[in-house]
Amino acid sequence: MSRFRTEAGGRVKRDKVLSFTFDGVAYQGLTGDTLASALLANGVHLVGRSFKYHRPRGIVTAGPEDQNALITLRRDAARETPNLRATQVELYQGLEAESQNRWPSLKFDVNAINGLASSLFVSGFYYKTFMWPRSFWKNVYEPRIRAAAGLGKAPAKADPDRYTSRYVHCDVLVIGAGPAGLTAALAAKEAGATVILADEGAEFGGSLLGDAVTTIEGKSTDAWMSDVVMNLAMSDKVRMLARTTAFGYFADNFVALVERVTDHLAAPSDALPRERLWQVRAKQVILATGALERPLVFPENDRPGIMMAEAGRSFLNRYGVKVGLRAVVFTATDSAYRAAIDLKQAGVDIQLIADLRARPPADVVDEALACGLTVRAASTLCGTQGGLRVSAAEVGEVNGDLTIGRKEVVDCDVVLMSGGWTPNINLHSQSRGRLIYNETTQNFLPGAPGYDNVSIGACKGTYDLSATMNEGYAAGEAAARASGRKGGMKKGFSSLGGLAMGGGHLGVVPHDRDPGRVKAFVDFQHDVTAKDIKLATREGFQSIEHVKRFTTTGMATDQGKTSNMNALAIAAKAIGKAIPEVGLTTFRLPYTPTTFGNFAGTARGDLFDPIRKTPMHDWAAAQGAPFENVALWKRAWYFPKAGEDMHAAVNRECKTVRTTVGMFDASTLGKIEVVGPDAAEFMNRMYVNPWTKLEIGRCRYGIMCRDDGFVYDDGVVGRMAADRFHVTTTTGGAPRVMNLMEDYLQTEFTDLKVFLTSTTEQWAVIAVQGPKAREVLAPLVEGIDIGKDAMPHMSVREGRICGVPTRLFRISFTGELGFEVNVPADYGQGVLDAIWREVREAGGCAYGTEAMHVLRAEKGYIIVGQDTDGTLTPDEAGVGWAVGKAKADFLGKRGLMRPDLTGPSRKQLIGLLTVDPKRVPDEGAQLVASAAPAKGSHALGHVTSAYWSENLGRSIAMAQLENGRARLGETVYITSLTGAAFPAVVADPIFYDKAGARIDV
Amino acid sequence: MLLVTCPYCGPRPEIEFRQAGEAHIARPAITCSDDEWADFLYMRDNHKGYMRERWRHVAGCGRFFNVVRHTVTDKFVASYKVGEEKPAIPAEAAAGPRVEIVR
Repeated sequence: MSRFRTEAGGRVKRDKVLSFTFDGVAYQGLTGDTLASALLANGVHLVGRSFKYHRPRGIVTAGPEDQNALITLRRDAARETPNLRATQVELYQGLEAESQNRWPSLKFDVNAINGLASSLFVSGFYYKTFMWPRSFWKNVYEPRIRAAAGLGKAPAKADPDRYTSRYVHCDVLVIGAGPAGLTAALAAKEAGATVILADEGAEFGGSLLGDAVTTIEGKSTDAWMSDVVMNLAMSDKVRMLARTTAFGYFADNFVALVERVTDHLAAPSDALPRERLWQVRAKQVILATGALERPLVFPENDRPGIMMAEAGRSFLNRYGVKVGLRAVVFTATDSAYRAAIDLKQAGVDIQLIADLRARPPADVVDEALACGLTVRAASTLCGTQGGLRVSAAEVGEVNGDLTIGRKEVVDCDVVLMSGGWTPNINLHSQSRGRLIYNETTQNFLPGAPGYDNVSIGACKGTYDLSATMNEGYAAGEAAARASGRKGGMKKGFSSLGGLAMGGGHLGVVPHDRDPGRVKAFVDFQHDVTAKDIKLATREGFQSIEHVKRFTTTGMATDQGKTSNMNALAIAAKAIGKAIPEVGLTTFRLPYTPTTFGNFAGTARGDLFDPIRKTPMHDWAAAQGAPFENVALWKRAWYFPKAGEDMHAAVNRECKTVRTTVGMFDASTLGKIEVVGPDAAEFMNRMYVNPWTKLEIGRCRYGIMCRDDGFVYDDGVVGRMAADRFHVTTTTGGAPRVMNLMEDYLQTEFTDLKVFLTSTTEQWAVIAVQGPKAREVLAPLVEGIDIGKDAMPHMSVREGRICGVPTRLFRISFTGELGFEVNVPADYGQGVLDAIWREVREAGGCAYGTEAMHVLRAEKGYIIVGQDTDGTLTPDEAGVGWAVGKAKADFLGKRGLMRPDLTGPSRKQLIGLLTVDPKRVPDEGAQLVASAAPAKGSHALGHVTSAYWSENLGRSIAMAQLENGRARLGETVYITSLTGAAFPAVVADPIFYDKAGARIDV
Repeated sequence: MLLVTCPYCGPRPEIEFRQAGEAHIARPAITCSDDEWADFLYMRDNHKGYMRERWRHVAGCGRFFNVVRHTVTDKFVASYKVGEEKPAIPAEAAAGPRVEIVR
């Protein structure tokens, strides 16, 4: 066993030895170790390089706030996780870890030369240096800076792990399972509340896990914790989540927790997700998030081997690891004395305790002296020595005027520092709670909460152990009562020992070095020193939010957990303001870095974005059709035969429909069933058309406007019964049309008795269009006479097709004889198969959305949202004939009376025939008055639809044109992305069969 | 995520709802002036503080209803059905300092 591992004690399992590697070197650790404790047990302090200067860095803390001990964990090529904190990584057999931000090796890093040139790398360096020449930024500076920067690399392969998510409600959510959280959960449970207790550690207990001397209720901390945890675990009202971080606090007590399910396992089962996101809605939240120990800001305070005093104690008591053999303790708090005593009793040689305070509390000092320790009050560290590990500390006496008196170089292999405790108010602040600044303790504390929560224990500034547990129990009881449980119990806890946590120092300590040259680090990871922060204030940055962004202090992966208070104090002193006046930077989620997988959950691959498929989707795919996206729908675009490109396929489909017959999947059209005694009146008010006189069994093309008078949607509506309409909408418009109908029905037309039901997905719709359409359907239809006179254009019949109930519409979006067969969705494919057989026998084809677009444009039929854009009235869109002028009111009637909707500047939809018939304009191209309009002239309109028409042997286009219908026969010019504008003649938008003879057969 | 109370279904998460603009905008009679019509179509209040708003429980019962919500803090203080009496707007709490100082 290594000389850094104690003989006994701690929570590690000494008989369960684990092998692991760090940078390829094999080591051994114990079950219960973290990667950090296992490395320290092997005497390894150097674990990483800093971001900017590539300075060697060691393990500083024992918890999630560590900025330096960032490593990459590798399981296989796809499972490589960068930037994990070694202090949180639980050791498992075969663990492989790598250090980051160094090349070629951790011990020899060529980029450490940055440190020698550090006078160049002051804060704002990037902003100031890479200004010129401007063009260099994108191609030269930025790629090089990016290559040099960054900590760790993201894996190149897709993440093979699963991430899941759960929603859960509870009465009381307790965050943190230290002495405060445990007692709170205990009380809430005893009061009958449903409780969730979450802690980011592998074990419950928090600070008690690193405490070997304290007793609670006469029991050892270990025994007391075991009893409480067992008590809670036995209850079916308590859910205990270890390895679970509450990383985000959202409105109305909605808290996001991430549970790391398998990261600590050597060989995780495939049945388990890697992480589980818990989305908790809690009636009451109890924040028991503890306090974090701050570093002291002294010259060269960043050498490996310099760490937090309480971390040294935790490594000893919890993991049985001595962080060094000869220690110097540098403190401004009482708590470091406990660390010194514990380490001395474990056999570590404590050279001395240098206390920054002139008069540390006598009882604390006396206890240390009684243990044989040397204490020097009014002492500071003016610097440290050592390369890859601290080898000595320069201890200096602080005179009354803060100058430095006698100095002494003390040999050591570890420096334990403690600058004081910062209550962890991150989640309180995320919950929009107010803050209190205590000028005596120099701490920000939680004030009035933003939601139903309460902070207890060290995160509220309560440091005494008995007081913390009493506060926890009372808070648990109160929270249970507030969430509607009985409560009413009282309990007091007694403890002996505990940790005295008084004292503290903010900002740079007194020293005798040149403050303009010496490096006293505030933010270790980003290499932000005290002088960088002072420089920022000299350059005019007065707000801490600006200082933070200019220097990047507090922007490391720990988000300033250990650095913010020191940075704030240094900035405040330099500006000459009080700390709360300078302000505290905003706490944001996530509390600790969180994987993208956790946020993505199962929403990846096919589940990333919902898509909608018609019942006949697979058939179209089997025919080789590519699909286009229309809203969330996948629609078959065209059906290429062997050797055909899109152009050839569409031309063939368009010809076939006009000469024989084509079949088209129209299932995506929105469908709404409007039913009720007032259905006709409702339709009268929602659509511009009149509906009262529409006969049962007949259809009408409906136009819907909004109250502003502009076209909003369109579709054919069939009257199935006096009180029943089958309404169709555009494919993309169905949800918003339904929403608009509901809105008016519920809030304006409350006098009407009508039900609205979306039936879009209930019907499969197969359009059969072309001269042979009737011939195709005749053998399949039962109970409906589909003859010319029995079933005229714009009618609807109910009957059967292939034995299946159908609503058969005789309508046309192609200008040919046409039917649309509506059948229950589940029968869609079966009916389609039968129709497809007939279509092929008749020499027809299947056609897709592209041919549908061309065919409708040949007839001048508009597509709402393509040819209209929310600025055209029905008249301007060429469908003014649909407006029921005699109706008392409808959506848009008042809007259409607005005076600004008349006059020659209004645009109208017209057709365009290019002078060169082979040239197809770009959709969206502007229309101008001449081939080379003067600079500054305005566009007359724009092309909305443009296609090659194989049936007409030329291009056709539709456009919105100012005063367009008065310009028929005039020439306008269409702009081009590739050359000069080219001429086209304004025409009627109906290009094919103007008389409509082909429909009426 | 906000907790929105539907007067028909009770408290439900925000994702089930869609905000539907300022409440109590009456559609004027067709004989109204152009200015009144323009006000109805386009003019909406959007101040800092409590607002009466329409929301729709779109992924639930589908009903439109009214709420009183604070546009800065997002706090909902009342939900009520269409046609029900408007609840009073609470007094605005005086905004204290972000950081209170104690010794």
